[in-house]
Formats: sequence, C-alpha cells, structure tokens
Amino acid sequence: MEATILPNPKDSNATILLMGLRRGGKSSICKVVFHNMQPLDTLYLESTSKPTTEQFSSLIDLSVMELPGQLNYFEPNYDSERLFSSVGALVYVIDSQDEYLNALTNLSIIIEYAYKVNPKINIEVLIHKIDGLSEDYRIDAQRDIMQRIGDELLDLGLEGVQVSFYLTSIFDHSIYEAFSRIVQKLINELPSLENMLDNLVQHSSIDKIFIFDVNSKIYVATDSSPVDIQTYEVCAEFIDITIDLDDLYIENENSMNDSETVIKKQELKSISHLSNGSLLYLKQMIRGLALVALVRHDENNSDLSLDSLMTIIDYNVSNFKKSLMKMWENSKLVEQPNTQNSELMN
Amino acid sequence: MSQASRKKLLLMGRSGSGKSSMRSIIFSNYSAFDTRRLGATIDVEHSHLRFLGNMTLNLWDCGGQDVFMDNYFTTQKDHIFKMVQVLIHVFDVESKSINKDIEIFVKSLTNLQKFSPDAKVFVLLHKMDLVQIDKRDELFVIMMEKLQKISNPYQFKLVGLPTSIWDESLYKAWSQIVCSLIPNMNVYNNNLIKFNQILDAEEIILFEKTTFLVISSTTSIAQQLKQQNRSHLEDDNNIDTTALDPKRFEKISSIIKTYKQSVTKLRTNFHNLVIRGSKGNQFYIDVLTDNMLVMIILKDKEDETSYVNTHEELAVLENIKAARKWFEKIETTK
Repeated sequence: MEATILPNPKDSNATILLMGLRRGGKSSICKVVFHNMQPLDTLYLESTSKPTTEQFSSLIDLSVMELPGQLNYFEPNYDSERLFSSVGALVYVIDSQDEYLNALTNLSIIIEYAYKVNPKINIEVLIHKIDGLSEDYRIDAQRDIMQRIGDELLDLGLEGVQVSFYLTSIFDHSIYEAFSRIVQKLINELPSLENMLDNLVQHSSIDKIFIFDVNSKIYVATDSSPVDIQTYEVCAEFIDITIDLDDLYIENENSMNDSETVIKKQELKSISHLSNGSLLYLKQMIRGLALVALVRHDENNSDLSLDSLMTIIDYNVSNFKKSLMKMWENSKLVEQPNTQNSELMN
Repeated sequence: MSQASRKKLLLMGRSGSGKSSMRSIIFSNYSAFDTRRLGATIDVEHSHLRFLGNMTLNLWDCGGQDVFMDNYFTTQKDHIFKMVQVLIHVFDVESKSINKDIEIFVKSLTNLQKFSPDAKVFVLLHKMDLVQIDKRDELFVIMMEKLQKISNPYQFKLVGLPTSIWDESLYKAWSQIVCSLIPNMNVYNNNLIKFNQILDAEEIILFEKTTFLVISSTTSIAQQLKQQNRSHLEDDNNIDTTALDPKRFEKISSIIKTYKQSVTKLRTNFHNLVIRGSKGNQFYIDVLTDNMLVMIILKDKEDETSYVNTHEELAVLENIKAARKWFEKIETTK
C-alpha cells in the first residue's frame, strides 16, 4: 500500500484534485455529480474562493478537492508539493467553448510539477462543456487538444506521462461516465472485482452489470464487455425510480409508528420486465452500493424458464454480495498495519 | 365507433397562459423544460387521443391571441362551441389584465350555454409556481369565488384546480378532468374493491397506460364513500388517508412516466416492475389491460422468511393475471 509514503497517512490515495482555469465548470461538476443539483441551476453558482473538499464514502472513501481557478499554485506560501503528493488523480477541466490555449499552457506547467512530485499520479483531462459544440467539431477539438498537450509535454521532456482525455458535459451522462472511469482507477481491488462480475455475467445470462454508488450514480465497477452509454443511463435512472417509489410509502410510516417497534430494514430489490423479454434487476449491496443488471432472456432460445433463471440470478447475486463483503473486510485488514491508527472507517 | 364515445374538449385561455405546454406534457411526453420551445398556437390545433380503448378525446387547443379569440366568438362560434363535453379554461395567475381574462371567460360561457349547455367546465389557475407558497391557497379561493359568482347566471358548476407544470398538480388536474368523462366509473370502482378484498393490499391504483393519469384508486373510493355516508365511516379510515403523502398519485404518475421514457432508450417498453422496498413494502406495477396499468402496494404484516416472500410475489402476479380478464370485460362492454 502506498499509504505509508504519504505525508499524512489519513489521506489515502483516493483523493481527486479538481483543477482548471476560472469559469471552467469545476464547481458545477461537483454539485451535479455529488449533490444531485439540476444542471441548469449551476448557472447561479458563485465563484469558488477557497479550496473545497467533498467527502464521498462508497466502496472506497473518496474525497474530491476542488481548487479555485484563479489561484496561483506556485506562490511560495502554498504547500503545493504536499498537495500533489497526497492525491491519486489530478483532473484538469478545460472549457471547450472558450479559447483554450491558456488552459493548455497552465495544464502543462501543472503536469510537469505534479509528475515531478508524484510520478504515480493519474492525470485526467476533461474537455468540458461539449454540449455546445456540434458533433464534428467535438472530435476536432479533442484531437487538437491532445496534439497540443502532447507537443508541450515533449518540449518539457516528459513523453512518458499518461494523460487520459474525456469529452464531458453536465447536461448528459458523459460526466458520470468520465468520473466513473477516474474513480475506478483508484480502486485497488478493481481487477478482482471485475473478475467476480465477469463470473457472475457468465453464469447468469446477464447482458450487462454495474455496481453503482446510489447517491452519485457513479459506477465503481462493471463487467468487461464494452459500456453502452444508453444501458448505463437506463440503469442509473432505474435506481432513481426504485428509490423514489420506495420513499413514497415510507415517510408516513415513520411519523406513524415512531414510538412502536422499529421496522427492520430489508434490502431493496427490484425487478422490471421489459416487453422485448429482457429485464432490469436491482439489488442493494453494501455501503450505499447497488447492483444493477440488464438480463436478456429469450423464451425460445433458452432451455431455462424465466422463473428458474430468476432463482439462479438471485442465488448468484447473493453469493456475489457475500464475497463483496469479504473483500471489503480484507481490504480494511491490509490497510490497518500500515496506517498505525486503527480508527479508520467502520 | 359510436358518436357518444367521442369527447370534444375545448382548451381555452388567453395567449401565453400555458395551454399548449399542458397538452404537450400530458399527451406528448414533453418534459417541463421542453415546453420552452413551443411557439404560439395558430388558430385551433386539433389532437385526437385514444383513451381507455374506445374513448377518443378530441382536444381542441385554441390559440389565445386576440385575433383568433375574436374569431371564435363571432364567425366560428357554432363550429367551436357545438357538441362540447368539456371546457377547460386556463387562467394565468400572473396575468396583468384579469378583467380582460374574465371577459373572455364570460364570452365563452355565453356561447357554451347556447350551443352545448350540458358541458362541464373546469377552470385551471395555471403557473401557480410563480406565487409564494403561503399565498397560494388564499389566491385560489379568492379567484374561484369570483369566477363562480360570474358564472352563476349561466348555470354552470365550476370545478377549479390550481396547476403548475413544475410539480405534480398538473397530473392531478388532468386526471380529474379525464375521469369525469369515463361513463362507467362505478363498474371500475366496484371491481377494484373486489380485487382489493382478494389481495388485502395497502392500496391499489389504476392508471391509464399512455398518459399515466390516475383513473381510480382504493383510497379515493374509500374517501368518496366516506363523504356519502359520513356518519358511518368517520372514525376508522381516518388514520390511513392522512398518514400517506396526499400527492403520491401524481408523483407516481410522473415517476413511472420518466421510467417509461428512459426504457425507450433500449428500444423497448416496460412490462412490469416489482420492488421489494427497504421497509417491508412491496410494489407491483403491471399491465392490466391494453389501456390500463395497475399498481399494488402491499405491506408486510409479520416477519416472514425470504422463501415465503418470493412465493407471495408470484401469487400477486398470478392474481393480477386473473383480474385482467374482468377488467378487459369492462372495457369492451362499454
């Protein structure tokens, strides 16, 4: 675990640093992804003056630190060395609707510095606000930006740096997709988790499976088949719908029998059949995670009836949940000897 | 098709009061944001909507600019106001010229009395979201008193409803309007009560399939009964109805509608939805007939093992299947 080399062991590597020039859309991204704010309401956000941190507790404990755009990171009183060495990912937001040459220069300076301090850092570039660009122009903009950054880094003698690019907008699901990818890079257990999901997919005739963080709609893992953005959207919305309907008949109950016995919390589960024979399946997992799967079922082509298929899926998913719990406990145990203080998360 | 099953609805009101927005949200799957793109309606826009199988709603969305308005009341008046079942008059609560609004309302009432005196009149006070929350009720009462007084000489009983496209009140208003057109409501209600006796559900709700307007529900039937013989049922049903969210029907309508739209991204439609809730509630949404959806909410009464629960799930779905036959019969015998 890298935790030991950090200046402060409590900052695990799962910190994301959100940077960019002013008015690039950093605060809007935070609000939309982590606070479920409506994209149009972000128009009224104030300019951020202080670094802000979002705590985000999911499969891993993640914190997103947002830096104000107008800050000069290389002022001597700013402890940027410690900052960069303690984060796992640097996300730089470029406003694609604006003149981005300034941003590119700024970015290459930051990359040079960050890479020197912490060679393990993941560098991610969000080419943001692409909703205002036409389809053709998006590709051009991405190619142009990639080209220029590549050149700049070459000039600085840093050709080995891996930089990932994402086209994002807060008005569709692309920002969630990008953040999912970024978060996934920080989960150490990801390969085994994906392996487990692949196993699940193979043995339950599942088409696509996601492990979602319920609050932010970021998926922390999926099986190895390519992600179809439409399937992702439907699955994310399926969570919302399930929770909304569930909530409708809950609140009154609290007010009614608050004095009586506490109703035991059952795990949330929902199944929806679609008219083309496939079905959507949701089951609550640990720590605010939910498993959502799209199951394709063709009555003619399979020797299983739908009921027995459901039973198999139920059984497999509950096995998966058990192993997920085990895995999570183990990952805690690994960390404990490293981070002397064992207060950790519970 | 018999003439009686064709219903003519007039949607009237001054220009900019939100008539076409309403229509687009309820009948054309627009979201509230999308309505910004709607332009002014020119003259009358007709839309024909099949509702509950053999009922056709002819919705006449009448453009509200003064030029068109004058036309309706003079040259076209017999064309517009003949054989009207329902007049829906929309008032913009932010309107500066209330007197002008009322003047037009009076004009349409005059014509309506002349050409179709049996029509039902609904008044929608629209754009309520622009009024402060604590002033809404007061404003609504004042407006309705005034309008009722005006319409008294024409012998129409007004039904007033506050609406806004940004919350669920729009669904509530329209389900009330549409339900008033369904002739055999009682048969539906009776069957629904019988169905509930079998299932012993917390609540059963019937939805129309394309618009997701609420047709009937067990609680609303119970409330109607309570109003009819208030002396009998006053004490026992009280707790149930007050404890639940009173806006839940409309919320469910809009939630399921969102779901239905999101599923179309997979190029399919949704068939049913079963949710085992986190607090022991179970939700079943299933197709009942070609035109109706049913939603059943069950409450876990005692602690049961998971095996019992899964069997119960199947039993409920079987019950829905069995009920299908009866409800289909009502639809076809109309």
